[in-house]
Amino acid sequence: MSRAEAVRKVSPLWTFGLFRSELLTTFRRWRTLALLGVLAAVPVLVGVAVRIETGDGSSAGGGGGPAFISQVTNNGLFLVFTALAATLPFFLPMAVGVVAGDALAGEASAGTLRYLLVAPAGRSRLLLTKYATVMAFCLVATLVVALSALTVGAVLFPLGDLTTISGTRISFTEGLARALLIALVVAVSLIGVAALGLFVSTLTSSGIAAMATTVGLLITVPILDQIPQLHALHPYLFSHYWLSFADLMREPVHWDDLTKNLGLQAVYAAVFGSAAWARFTAKDITA
Amino acid sequence: MAPYESDDMTTASEVDEPRSRRRRAARYVVPVTVMGVAAATIGLVPAIADSGDPDLPEITAAQLIEKIAQSDVERLSGTVKITTDLGLPDLGGLESSLASGATEPGEGGSSADPSAKLTELASGTHTLRVATDGPDRQKLSLLENAAEYSLIHNGKDVWGYDSASNAVYHGTVDESAADREQQPPATPEDFAEEALKAVDDTTSVTVDGTARVAGRDAYKLVVKPRQSGSTVGAISIAVDHKTGMPLKFTLTPASGGAAVVDVGFTKVSFDRPAASTFDFTPPKGAEVTEDGELDHGREHSGKPENAPKSQEDLAKGLDGLKMLGEGWNSVATFDTGGEGGLPTGEAGGDLGGFLGSLGDQVKGEFGTGTVFSTRLVNALITEDGKVYVGAVTKDALVKAADAGK
Repeated sequence: MSRAEAVRKVSPLWTFGLFRSELLTTFRRWRTLALLGVLAAVPVLVGVAVRIETGDGSSAGGGGGPAFISQVTNNGLFLVFTALAATLPFFLPMAVGVVAGDALAGEASAGTLRYLLVAPAGRSRLLLTKYATVMAFCLVATLVVALSALTVGAVLFPLGDLTTISGTRISFTEGLARALLIALVVAVSLIGVAALGLFVSTLTSSGIAAMATTVGLLITVPILDQIPQLHALHPYLFSHYWLSFADLMREPVHWDDLTKNLGLQAVYAAVFGSAAWARFTAKDITA
Repeated sequence: MAPYESDDMTTASEVDEPRSRRRRAARYVVPVTVMGVAAATIGLVPAIADSGDPDLPEITAAQLIEKIAQSDVERLSGTVKITTDLGLPDLGGLESSLASGATEPGEGGSSADPSAKLTELASGTHTLRVATDGPDRQKLSLLENAAEYSLIHNGKDVWGYDSASNAVYHGTVDESAADREQQPPATPEDFAEEALKAVDDTTSVTVDGTARVAGRDAYKLVVKPRQSGSTVGAISIAVDHKTGMPLKFTLTPASGGAAVVDVGFTKVSFDRPAASTFDFTPPKGAEVTEDGELDHGREHSGKPENAPKSQEDLAKGLDGLKMLGEGWNSVATFDTGGEGGLPTGEAGGDLGGFLGSLGDQVKGEFGTGTVFSTRLVNALITEDGKVYVGAVTKDALVKAADAGK
């Protein structure tokens, strides 16, 4: 009993301390920094390509390419949306999948998991901390893309009032606010993948296996989403409503798919979060 | 989770095997329950929302039609979902490649050309947004994936803006009403007007209870053909009980199955839309096509190659048009003039074989011909170049052709 009380007494501090040390470990890793570097490079690549392509005055795109790309030349802020639309289907979830898949399985394969469990934090709390860290990574990764795109957009293209996809005009400040909102929605869209990755991570003691499985799922699910015969299944796939963030650029905003996306991500987080908890708290930690 | 905290500290070896295994399994009840609750909620919410038709005072069909006629909704904004399933052969990629070829800039078209864009509504499911403020200001937007096509009428300007390609179409109108009628029907109101035009003594019109559409109480008006032989099963129109505006239009074919046309508001508001909704200035760098240029381009490339072609052809065909029969079973007929008509069988080679495979060969007193069927409209093309088209069954079409001979 006294042990349990001791756990409860120090718990808030412990949780916070654990979270902070987890954050530091995650963001100090070379691998994490490399992932963020790749994410930051995508907007630069897109921006420079559009700039070179339209240097002679011709318009970009012509219908093809990621969403919003034809508007980038008129307003640099659109590069934020283009970059997020380009990275959301693969780069962002892949980075999240790597970090989430490695969260527990990596510790297990490195033999550090049992030392983490020696600390009187408890397994549930450790799992929560890990999940919070992965979610923090989702947010940071999205913001890295958005900020990099904003910088590149401001350097290479003009800024100013922008036209929404409904044809109405909004001021640059409102455009910035919407860009921030879109970045947050994109970050939230990744929560489902994060929970899935964490669950996979509790299944194995090999970090590589967990990462490979998660990234494999990331490749498979969007393919399933493309097969028309499986349309009954589509609304339940985590990637189905991802591009709904573009609905924030309509005037008035079209909320239907956005709320569906948020609801679906919450369901994924609840289902796979609790599955991860069920697995992790009952698992034999041998390494 | 708190009660399990102490368990975390015990290792599995301290507990005897079967008990601990059962406990482990018990934990998976949590995710399974969460999944079950989520699935149940997703499944049940629409069912709950659907149930319970509103109680409204009794009304006769005549009164309801009168109500629709008197409806004078000047201001509204809302979201419309339109699903069309005409049962045309699915050409998939072929169709879209034809469409992109037709709207290629330089060939006289523009991706922001309204007539080209709105013909997309003829198949599949689309979400539209409509906003109206008096006769001079309307906006119709076609919501696409991460893009939108907007058609804005403000005063004497008509703007089309395609955000996917950042292309702008601009035209002017003198008479605001004239332009609207040329557009294909898109809202439930447009469809209802068309349907009620056809009401005569060959039609039964009844009020079939009430429904809730887009959160508003509505009467359901059911229009049915009295004669047999029509492919139209029933038309159901949900009419808002306050404003008399049609909120939902459903056309079910006589053959059963899914509706051929289903148009309905999913959200509607009768408040004045924000004035900024109708303001449009072409964004910097957007390609603007003026209406006149477009026509010029079309003439330049000889025959019209883009989407309006079918309409123009239809108009040309209408010159020699005769109507046979009456009411719902009326069949339109015209002579293409071409002796031999459609190449069928071996005579037409590969193409004939392909076209023949899409239709059915029929024989009658009129001779022989090919029937092309969709879920709503059937067409008979005879060997001597006559065309019979109508929303009637194949047999009725052959009968009409026999009678018309």
